[in-house]
Amino acid sequence: MSVLDVLTGLLLTAAVFFFVAGTVGLLRFPDIYSRLHALTKADNVGVGLTVLALMLQAENGSEIFKLGLIWVLVLVASATVSFLIGNEAYRRGQKPWTRGTP
Amino acid sequence: MILQIFDWVLLPVIVALAWRSLNDRDLFRAVIKFIALGLLLAVAWVRLRAPDVALAEAAVGSGLTGALILSALVRMRRREQAATSEATGGIEVMRRVSIGILSLALFAALCWAVVALPARPTGLTEASLARLSESGVTNPVTAVLLNYRGYDTLLEVGVLLLAIIGVWSLRRGELPAADLSDRPLLLSLLRVVLPVLVLAAGYMLWIGAFAPGGAFQGGALLGGALVLLMLGGLARRVVNRSRLLRAGLVLGVLVFAMVCAITLLLTGGFLQYPSGSGGAWIMVIESAALISIGLTLGLLYLGGRPTGGQGDSADRSSSDHA
Repeated sequence: MSVLDVLTGLLLTAAVFFFVAGTVGLLRFPDIYSRLHALTKADNVGVGLTVLALMLQAENGSEIFKLGLIWVLVLVASATVSFLIGNEAYRRGQKPWTRGTP
Repeated sequence: MILQIFDWVLLPVIVALAWRSLNDRDLFRAVIKFIALGLLLAVAWVRLRAPDVALAEAAVGSGLTGALILSALVRMRRREQAATSEATGGIEVMRRVSIGILSLALFAALCWAVVALPARPTGLTEASLARLSESGVTNPVTAVLLNYRGYDTLLEVGVLLLAIIGVWSLRRGELPAADLSDRPLLLSLLRVVLPVLVLAAGYMLWIGAFAPGGAFQGGALLGGALVLLMLGGLARRVVNRSRLLRAGLVLGVLVFAMVCAITLLLTGGFLQYPSGSGGAWIMVIESAALISIGLTLGLLYLGGRPTGGQGDSADRSSSDHA
C-alpha cells in the first residue's frame, strides 16, 4: 500500500462523511432552502473529494483532466439547479424557516 | 469480497426502487425513483463489465426517459385539472389484475430464458474476437454493432425514425416558453454546458472505435443538449427550421442505406466493407447516426410536431398583443 493509496482512502472517507451529512440534512432540515444548502455540500465537497481521490489513482493526464471536468460540470449544474429550485420556491411563496415556526 | 457485499446491497435496492417507482401513490415521486433506478441499473451494468450498456442506460434509460416521463406527467396534470374523470371500481380492479397477470407471465418467460441459457457460453465470442483486427475498430462492441451485425443497427436507427414520425403524426408539441431574463444563472449554465456537451458527443463518437462509446451514447448527449436548449427557451429558431430538422432526422437512415448500397456494389455483400477500410465506413455511418439520434431523442421531448408556420404567426400576434 503506497502513500497515494492511503491518501485516496482518507479522501474517500472524508467524501463519505460529507455525503452522509448532506443526506441527513436533506432528510431532517425543516425547509426547502436549508435542505438545498445541505445538498450542495454533498454535491460540491463530496464529489470534489471523490474526484481528488480518484485523480491520485489515475494513469495519465487525460484521465485527471476528465475527472476534473466531471467535478466542474457537477459544480456548475448543482449551483444552477439549486438556484432554480430556490428561486421557484420563493416565487411560490415558500417562507424560509425561522426559529419558532413549527 | 467488498465488491460482493456491494453487489448484494445493490441488487435488493434495485428491486425495491423498481417496486416503489411502480406503486408510489405520488406520481412525481415515482418518476424520481424511476430515474434513480436507471442510475443504479447503470452501476449494475458496470459491475457486469458492460460499460457500453451502462453509458446508454444512464444517458437514455435514466436521463432522457426521465425527462420524457416528467414532461408527460406535467401534461397529464394539466389535463386532469381540466376534467377529472373517475374510474369505476370494477374496471380498475380488472385492469390491475390483467396487468398483474401479464407482468407475471413476462417474469416467468424471463426466468425460463435465464434457466434455459447454456451453463457455458457457446456463442460467437471467440470467433468475433479472433476477427476483430479485420473489423476496422478495436472496440468489440462497436465491431458487432456496425460490422458483424450492421443490419441490426440499421433497423435500430430506422426504429428511432419511426418513433419520431409516430409522435409527430399524433399531435403538435409546443415549445416550453421559458423567460431567461430573470434567470441569468440558467443562461450562464447553458453557455458553459452546451459546448461541453457537443464536444463530449463528438468525443463519444470517436472513442467508440477503441473503447466504450459510440453514436448512441453521443447521440444521447446531443439529445440532452437539445432538451436543455428547449427548456431555456432558446430552441425556437432551431426547431422552427423545419426542412433542416427533417433532413437531420433522416440523415442517419439515409447515409446508412447509402453505405449499404455502395458496399453491395463494391463487394457484392450487404454491409460487407472492402477489406481494410471498415473503420472509415463505420465512422461515416456513426457520424450521420449521431446527428439523427441526437435530434430524435431531443425532439421526442417535445411530445409532438413542433408548431411551425401557423404556430409561429400565432406567437407573433400574441407577442404583439402583449
